[in-house]
Amino acid sequence: MQMQPALLLPEIFTFLGGLVVLLGGSFLPRDRQWIARAVAALALLGAATAAALAMAGPAQTAFSGTFAVDTATGAARVIAALATLLVLGVASGEIADSPRESDTYALLLFATTGVMVLAGTTDLLVLIVGFLLASIPLYGIVGLTGGRSGAEAAMKTYLMGALSGILLMLGVTLLYALTGATDYTQLKDELPGAPAAAVGAGVLCVLTGLLFKAGGAPVHFWIPDAAQGTGVTAATFLTTVPKIGALVAIYRFVATISAGNETWLIVAAVLATASMLQGNLAAYWQRDPRRLLGWSTVAQVGFLLVPVAAVGRSDLALPSLLFYLAAYALTNVAAFAVTAALPERRDLTAYRGLVHERPGLALALLVALLGLVGTPPTAVFVGKLTTTTAAWDGGHSWLALLVMLNSLLSLFYYLRWFGPVFARPTQESATRRRTGGDAWAAATAGVAATASLALGVLADPLWTALATSPLL
Amino acid sequence: MLSLIVFLPLAVAVVVAAVPSLGAAAARWAWVAVSAVELVLVGVLWAGYEDPGPNGLAFEEQVPWIPGVGSSYHVGVDGLSLPLVAMTAVVFLACAVYALRDGERPRAQTALFLFLQGVSLGVFVAADLIVFFVFFDLSIVGMYFVIAGWGHGNAARSALKFFLYTFLGSLALLLGFIGLYVASDPHTFDILELVAATPLEDNPLAGGLVLAAILVGLAVKTPTVPFHTWLPPAHTDAPATGSAVLAGVLLKMGTYGFVRIAMPILPEAWRGWAWVIVVVGIVSVLYGAFVALAQTNLKRMIAYTSVNHMGYIILALGAVGLIAGDTAQARSVAVTGAVVQMVSHGLITAALFLLAGVMRTRAGTYDMGAYGGLATPAPRFAALFAIAAFASLGLPGLSGFIAEFQIFAGSIAVAPVTAIALPGILITAALFLLALQRVFTGPTQGQSPGFADLHGRELWSVGPLLALSLLIGVLPQVLLGVIEPASAALVDLVGR
Repeated sequence: MQMQPALLLPEIFTFLGGLVVLLGGSFLPRDRQWIARAVAALALLGAATAAALAMAGPAQTAFSGTFAVDTATGAARVIAALATLLVLGVASGEIADSPRESDTYALLLFATTGVMVLAGTTDLLVLIVGFLLASIPLYGIVGLTGGRSGAEAAMKTYLMGALSGILLMLGVTLLYALTGATDYTQLKDELPGAPAAAVGAGVLCVLTGLLFKAGGAPVHFWIPDAAQGTGVTAATFLTTVPKIGALVAIYRFVATISAGNETWLIVAAVLATASMLQGNLAAYWQRDPRRLLGWSTVAQVGFLLVPVAAVGRSDLALPSLLFYLAAYALTNVAAFAVTAALPERRDLTAYRGLVHERPGLALALLVALLGLVGTPPTAVFVGKLTTTTAAWDGGHSWLALLVMLNSLLSLFYYLRWFGPVFARPTQESATRRRTGGDAWAAATAGVAATASLALGVLADPLWTALATSPLL
Repeated sequence: MLSLIVFLPLAVAVVVAAVPSLGAAAARWAWVAVSAVELVLVGVLWAGYEDPGPNGLAFEEQVPWIPGVGSSYHVGVDGLSLPLVAMTAVVFLACAVYALRDGERPRAQTALFLFLQGVSLGVFVAADLIVFFVFFDLSIVGMYFVIAGWGHGNAARSALKFFLYTFLGSLALLLGFIGLYVASDPHTFDILELVAATPLEDNPLAGGLVLAAILVGLAVKTPTVPFHTWLPPAHTDAPATGSAVLAGVLLKMGTYGFVRIAMPILPEAWRGWAWVIVVVGIVSVLYGAFVALAQTNLKRMIAYTSVNHMGYIILALGAVGLIAGDTAQARSVAVTGAVVQMVSHGLITAALFLLAGVMRTRAGTYDMGAYGGLATPAPRFAALFAIAAFASLGLPGLSGFIAEFQIFAGSIAVAPVTAIALPGILITAALFLLALQRVFTGPTQGQSPGFADLHGRELWSVGPLLALSLLIGVLPQVLLGVIEPASAALVDLVGR
């Protein structure tokens, strides 16, 4: 029983980086805030490196067994750090030289720390800490970067977040009262003996709280509103990074509760189905690209929940979830970065003929959206293939069928967006002045799209790294 | 060698797409040059080909891709795929020559067609389900952009319908592949290993469901009744070269999937469902023929004859699953006929669609009623069209006859009831003769006066396709020698 703080180096890097940015930023003149951005990027790189090095070592626990440093945590840390790094790329265009620049970076880093804690924890109390640390800075980010509509988005996010946080704590209280334990290992032993109805209520409360962070049904309503209302930096972050921690946390939690009661796997499958259907159907007639992406992320959470339904039944479940998370993070950031590079186009019709004005961006958008559909050889395809295989392997062949049907549903609205991009130039688009756009966001889109393609074609190294060890 | 054939067009496509300063002529000729090199490479392949034996592949290459999920980059050819590889190379070269003068966005078109060529060849050489699926899906994406970007009429809508419909098919296919993976032990996506292992053999229910998923996936692409509704609008609104590739090459991916994946991996389920497949084949033959007969739009008519011609293939392959007495020889003939039909239909229909494209560039319409007596102003056009039509309706001396004769000889020997489909040939003959009569004979009227005859590039694209059809018709042994050992092997695998 020891602290072993060295095991938490990535979290420490990220959090300290946030503090340095917050304090240092106040002393930097407005036109030298890029230094804060560089410091934030360095902290994230450091965190990712430390996390990757830790993955090479043996799996172990820290802080008296409340925090697992295993493959899942390592992967979540690396993905979260690198995804936030890409978000910084998107942010560089939008909020550079704005009054709240370094504050936003600091909040991004704090929230990322929370996400990492969320992913690694194996104790319900630390889970609450992670939840709050990931949520509270997020409210700030949503409110800071969106202007007037951002305030509304922040309000909605905050109210949903507060409600979900209370439910989470209620659930933890219930489970603690029933079993006298908050530690997952003990819960695994105690839960089967506890009254089923009360356990069910507690588990559902905890799951609801985590689903809020993940942005999955039934607590997903804030996602499209926030994605549309707030700035693109916040939208990219909130639809990408918190999901990483939340889904790994859901996986760990479901692995704990389903050990004695496999009904929870069916519940996970139903939740996955609900998110997939809800997100896909609601995305159908959206006209605002960011709102459309917001709904698409709800659907993606559904796909990401699919391997959770195979916890403990398929060896593929955990690596496929982690792989899909990495693939999703890259692809989603790429799509948002394209909208960041074209900030004045807030309607799908404005993308008509984009290929003739900005061929690079059009291609990045194509890769990102085809990726989100799950077209090979992008990374999400490998993710979808393996998660679906895991579900079938785990005995839910009907869930595999639903994944395929939902992929088909999703094609339609992505096609509504990228189809016109490659249309013949019209009079209007031919005469539209080529706006400068934002080079940082465009570069981020290019990098993320290329990476999502490369990760699909060269999937093996990552897959091998993820498939080596089970949960701790 | 196979990797070079697959990835050369893809690599050139990337280069062409990435170099904005490439001129129109340079792009056009780059396309022709690459397609020609591809054809030469395939020729070398053909010359060096030796039959690899049952469940083996020639020119095999295997590189681990994601060993963790049992998938590798595994390619190879046998007697079932080599003819299709060759046909693909020929059709794409014909399209490249045909498009030499097309004005519209040549650089993008070149890149897209080279991309399509690479992925189409990839489908035919794949020996791993995931590799197969990757190329299969990418061919759909590529064709979507061909129809949406270079089509006419209601192209955007037709392209959307094509994409959604065939994507449904590819997802069903993927579901089936996952089912095979889960059922196999050890888990693998490798086609040869799956053929050797025949998973799901002792589980008829699951085997039937997995086969159903794969059948739906392939039937959409083929297409057979009742999954054919995407085909007519896609063809009608696609550009000529797009139609030629779609009908000539992409449709074969469906039928090829039957002989490469469905039949050898799930022999028991295939035998169990054989009657259903035979019936679907018969219905496709007759329905396609009758509906084609009723068309006034020439391109739509050709599109429906594709449904009819694909129906023969399904019929033959279904008959292979009907194990009755000592009919192995007959079933082998049916498989050979089916593969010849794939090649023959690819060549002939590509030629027909390119010729239909000429009508559109000259007169802007496919409506047969708008023409009359076209043989007088355009004798070369009329002659080539007539040859293509006769080849398509199965006149002896041309490839269609070799194919359909073997299909019926094999099928009727196994199951005499398949003779019901014979009127399909009659109706097809009638509709082509009717079309020839309406468009080419009688007084020169409507759009016909002033219709310029075929010139260089058009002649040189359509001519070789028909010459090959003639070659296969006169000297079938060139092709049959390659196919027959593989057919016999496939019949053995299905009979296990």
